[in-house]
Amino acid sequence: MKLFYVFVGGLIFGFGLAFSGAAIPEVVLSFLQLKDFGLLLILAVAILVTMLTYQLVPKLMKKPLSGKEFKTKKSPLNKQTVAGAAIFGVGWGLSGLCPGTVLAGVGMGNYPLLVGIAAMFLGTYVNGLFRK
Amino acid sequence: MLEQFFPTGISQFLLGGLLVGLGISFIFISTGLVAGASTFFTSTWSYVSKLNYFKNPKFLSSRNWRSVLAISLVLGGFLFMFFFNEGKAEVTEVQIWRIALGGFLVGLGTRMADGCPSGHGICGLSSLELPSLVSVLTFLSIAIVVALTVSSMGVLP
Repeated sequence: MKLFYVFVGGLIFGFGLAFSGAAIPEVVLSFLQLKDFGLLLILAVAILVTMLTYQLVPKLMKKPLSGKEFKTKKSPLNKQTVAGAAIFGVGWGLSGLCPGTVLAGVGMGNYPLLVGIAAMFLGTYVNGLFRK
Repeated sequence: MLEQFFPTGISQFLLGGLLVGLGISFIFISTGLVAGASTFFTSTWSYVSKLNYFKNPKFLSSRNWRSVLAISLVLGGFLFMFFFNEGKAEVTEVQIWRIALGGFLVGLGTRMADGCPSGHGICGLSSLELPSLVSVLTFLSIAIVVALTVSSMGVLP
């Protein structure tokens, strides 16, 4: 059941990325080049909706429909986090790709992005090589 | 004023952003899971790699639903193309070397930083997490500098 829920939610998530234009590298790049600020609107609306959900739903429901508990996003804050964010920033500014949008982008028939997906797997492998 | 900052209009951004938020919210309400996308690119390695790092329980226990999420993101994009874009594929004009090099750095960087725009940007900020805010401000400002530099050298789009 859990996997079915993830699938349905992911369809909406992916459709939204495609519909908004976030899955198109040119749209991302035109924001990063400060020509069209649309990407900020996408992020702002998505964050507003998600924040309401994350903050309110665990107060209203004891547990999710399927599953034991509501998880939270917890990350450490250290040099590695900041260095990683900086490396990601260089890659994002160069290509306009990020992990979620590249998947929705391939679904839109943007086949050159398959190279981006392969390259991302290579990048995560290199990360795995020097992590414990 | 609006035209200047949003030359292509705002409705697609608002509605698309709403759908993104609703999809992530749906996953949370139904399963309790935080649907960041970038971990998929690490957890999937655990199916084939013997490296210790990929044997971390957090990857082993989440790799199945993360793979389902990745497939559904692809299908979500496909549904849009099929029903709302007259089946017309969107083929990027960004040079392949930028896609390859950028993709590599995105894979490496997001996993070192423990998150990407959906993980830190949407899920992390929505959880009011300071590391996510630091991460978002870092990658956003650097990406803007890099994108402006690349385009000023005449490398377009």
